[in-house]
Amino acid sequence: MTTTVDAGLPAIQKSSGAAGPRRGRPGRPGRAGRAWLPYLLLLPALVLELLVHLVPMVIGAVMSLKEITQFYIRNWTAAPWSGFDNYRIAVDFDAPVGEALLHSFVVTVGFTLLSVALCWLIGTAAAICLQDGFRGRGLLRTLFLVPYALPVYAAVITWVFMFQHDNGLVNHVLHDQLHLTDEPSFWLIGDNSFWALLTVSVWKGWPFAFLIVMAGLQNIPRELYEAAALDGAGMWQQIRRITLPSLRPVNQVLVLVLFLWTFNDFNTPYVMFGKAAPQAADLISVHIYQASFVSWDFGTGSAMSVLLLLFLLVVTGVYLAVTSRGRRSADV
Amino acid sequence: MSDTYRSPMAPPRSFLWTRRIFLTLLSGFVLVPVYVMVSSSLKPLQDVSGTFRWLPSGLTIRPYIDIWSTVPLAQYFVNSLIVAGAATAGSVVVAVFASYAVSRYSFRGKRVFTVTVLSTQMFPGILFLLPLFLLYVNIGNATGIALFGSRGGLILTYLTFTLPFSIWMLIGYFDSVPRDLDEAALVDGCGPLGALFRVVVPAAIPGIVAVAVYAFMTAWGEVLFASVMTNDTTRTLAVGLQGYSTLNDVYWNQIMAASLVVSVPVVAGFLLLQRYLVAGLTAGAVK
Amino acid sequence: MRSIRAAAVGAVTLSLALTVSACGGGTPTGGGSNDSPKTLTYWASNQGAGIEIDKKVLQPELDKFEKQTGIKVKLEVVPWNDLLNRILTATTSGQGPDVLNIGNTWSASLQATGALLPWDEKNFAAIGGKDRFVDSALGSTGAPGKDPAAVPLYSMAYGLYYNKKIFAEAGISEPPATWAELIADGKKIQAQGKQALGAEGASLNENVHHVFVFAKQHGADFFTADGKPDFTSDKVVAAVKQYVDLMAEDKVVPPGNAEYAQNQSVSDFAKGRTAMLLWQTASANLKSQGMNPDDYGVAPVPVQSGTPGSGTRINSMVAGVNVAVFNNTHNLDGAKQFVKFLTSDEEQKILNKAFSSIPPVKSAQADPAFNTPETAVLKNTLATSAAALPQVPSESQFETTVGTAVKELFADAAAGRAVTTESVKAKLLKAQQQMPAK
Repeated sequence: MTTTVDAGLPAIQKSSGAAGPRRGRPGRPGRAGRAWLPYLLLLPALVLELLVHLVPMVIGAVMSLKEITQFYIRNWTAAPWSGFDNYRIAVDFDAPVGEALLHSFVVTVGFTLLSVALCWLIGTAAAICLQDGFRGRGLLRTLFLVPYALPVYAAVITWVFMFQHDNGLVNHVLHDQLHLTDEPSFWLIGDNSFWALLTVSVWKGWPFAFLIVMAGLQNIPRELYEAAALDGAGMWQQIRRITLPSLRPVNQVLVLVLFLWTFNDFNTPYVMFGKAAPQAADLISVHIYQASFVSWDFGTGSAMSVLLLLFLLVVTGVYLAVTSRGRRSADV
Repeated sequence: MSDTYRSPMAPPRSFLWTRRIFLTLLSGFVLVPVYVMVSSSLKPLQDVSGTFRWLPSGLTIRPYIDIWSTVPLAQYFVNSLIVAGAATAGSVVVAVFASYAVSRYSFRGKRVFTVTVLSTQMFPGILFLLPLFLLYVNIGNATGIALFGSRGGLILTYLTFTLPFSIWMLIGYFDSVPRDLDEAALVDGCGPLGALFRVVVPAAIPGIVAVAVYAFMTAWGEVLFASVMTNDTTRTLAVGLQGYSTLNDVYWNQIMAASLVVSVPVVAGFLLLQRYLVAGLTAGAVK
Repeated sequence: MRSIRAAAVGAVTLSLALTVSACGGGTPTGGGSNDSPKTLTYWASNQGAGIEIDKKVLQPELDKFEKQTGIKVKLEVVPWNDLLNRILTATTSGQGPDVLNIGNTWSASLQATGALLPWDEKNFAAIGGKDRFVDSALGSTGAPGKDPAAVPLYSMAYGLYYNKKIFAEAGISEPPATWAELIADGKKIQAQGKQALGAEGASLNENVHHVFVFAKQHGADFFTADGKPDFTSDKVVAAVKQYVDLMAEDKVVPPGNAEYAQNQSVSDFAKGRTAMLLWQTASANLKSQGMNPDDYGVAPVPVQSGTPGSGTRINSMVAGVNVAVFNNTHNLDGAKQFVKFLTSDEEQKILNKAFSSIPPVKSAQADPAFNTPETAVLKNTLATSAAALPQVPSESQFETTVGTAVKELFADAAAGRAVTTESVKAKLLKAQQQMPAK
């Protein structure tokens, strides 16, 4: 699934948005007797969230405390409780299962950081480049959004086609035409698969950063640029002194969204490598999928998912705490 | 939104050159896979099963004819349209109600609601794949409503997946619609819902479009849940497209043609609506 | 931090919900029933050149069954990629088909879940008795000493497919009978500028099938007699190394094959790019890719020395597909009738001809259609020199872990890294440690 937003966002948005509505606003539109109305409006959303997100999550947490192997999957409620055994197996980094999970975790963190950094960098640079009007700007903007608009599987399948060892475009260019390598490289197996996956992820992900930053740029008042120009600031200085600082609130949200999205991404590695990803590109979502479905051990798989969720909660919390504090002091 | 910012000073040469080089490289990066997809879909089979070639040895539209009979693509297409369309419509309606409540009312539990809903976006999908599946089956057994294996179950799933983002976007957008407008509508005798549909929703069209596009794209592209929750008759494109690679020979030209065909509706819709999208994000999400 | 406090409240609410909801789930039902005697759902595995082709083969037969019994069969052909997952989710939820195909190697694994109807004497009697089936096929229907979890439907065996024209060009008169001969012939073929042997290096199943046979030829097993994984014995290591060495050391398998997992090696063979291929009943497959049956020959898979037979001269696994009845079926009698129909002489001939497999039913094997040179070789292999994959509950995990280990070794070999006894042993040790503890 696509992870897109996170918990603290409304808070940030309110605290940053000088133009936004005030907190603790006075009058509600309805009369006092309508206290039930907001709840009624929320009801559909609440029911759905409960049904599709919260209850299954609780069931998942319960499963993580049980021994759900092939002998018990037929009636998992009757499976024996195993306490925290599944967690112990998952975090015992000296044993193979824990070691593999840790390896996958490290790969995922490295992959996510690189992917987010590149997506942000390319997206921001492209948005700034397209800030001025010039011929072909609209066309470029449309073109740049294409990778984001393509369905994930269509994009990934095309890249797989290009990354083939014998007949792929990448080796054709690098080896046959440019002679950069002595031998054609493997991109879908072995160590290079990490870079192949990163390439696809960045290709698919940077336009999202581009889109958000582009929207963010619209909110920068032009007076700021005019004032800076009067002070004699050149183009590069304007970018450094005005554009980038003004984008900080946008970036705070964007980086978090990209992080969660990339970290939890299942579609890309699954379509690219199938059920057994090469070690170098063993992202955690596919790893957990394999631990559950391919090894038929849903208890341990659930425990791994719960650990992953806790990790993301902590990271998000710390990230918001740190960046919000940083911002507040910068605003002063 | 298309009012371009023009710098009071002409940009210096160094900037122009950097920009030119950067944009050229980036366009190449974006275009190469798109070119490969389009050109390969028009190549005869021997061109795509041998060494890669930039230019086809001959053009053929054969792959575009064959894709419909190799796998029941049309049926998958219809399934995807129904699932993505219904999930999008549902998501927008539910999100509009919820966001209106959060944006315009203060009530107990508001914070808990928003934080809980939004934090569900952090959940790794794999965590609740099997539980959700079991839940649907049990609901089916208890009530006779077939959720598992049906389009309905998938619609509910995707609808809910997109809710957090949709609600968050729309809260931001509704907040930016001046409150005086709905107060005026209330004074004119509209109820709160009248104010919502006559005033707030029309003013928030870009935000709603942005939300709808996002929801549609998510539902159109999802693989994991679709692979477990669908069967022969309800299979969506995301899963159905793998049918081309189960064949004994890998028909890359057909795979590329099919990828292109299934991409066209989303890409075209997305690009047509991109103006709304940027406007929606500008006023809502990134404010 | 407001948001954090609110998140804490949310977390508390959740844990409350956790304690309150005593979480119903699972499946209460035990055996099958006969609640809906007029319909059946059938999950068929993908045997032909594509899902749609399978449907065209099967549908007329299902119509015939409906005419005979009045039972309507709803068919779904499930791709191999999804089949095991679909069976697993069906098992967990109790919602599944009435009758289904399973890879015969999964028999013991699925048997352990209790999801499949056991075929005891009485059930077998209902379909004409156990004696109708070939022994080797029955050996792959579940753990020894238990009632089989499934009934053999299609049998297959590995053969060495070779391109006659390339062989003639290279001056090879007879297909190789031992691995040493295969390597020597491979060199001659490579001297003609062709590729020698194809392999599906990234396919976990193919890898496991081959290293299983190599282990047999080294006189070793992947499991001890009491069903414990034993992947790191010297003989197993040597066997796995010998297979990977076909690429790493002997270089008769082109490195590019290390990333093959979508039957590209079959395409390469059909297009005349590689001279040899180890495959199970490939003829329908090759035909659909336009290869003329006169252009290739089939020989037994090579052995270390001598001729194929039992013991260390095993040269194939018992490959095939079994048909099973889902325990939660709502039409138990109909399901058994349908299995009887599928395993009847007439249907066995029709279906196995269409899928170019071999009938596991003795009386159907006599049909002349199964006496072509190709089928004769494969039939003989099945009868005399094929062994069933380990019939242990953790067989499915064995395929994944060992298959992955071999895939990684091929990746090393392709990248030019040395494949040594130590590196093979290390990978296999890791695979063994990832097997379920119980």
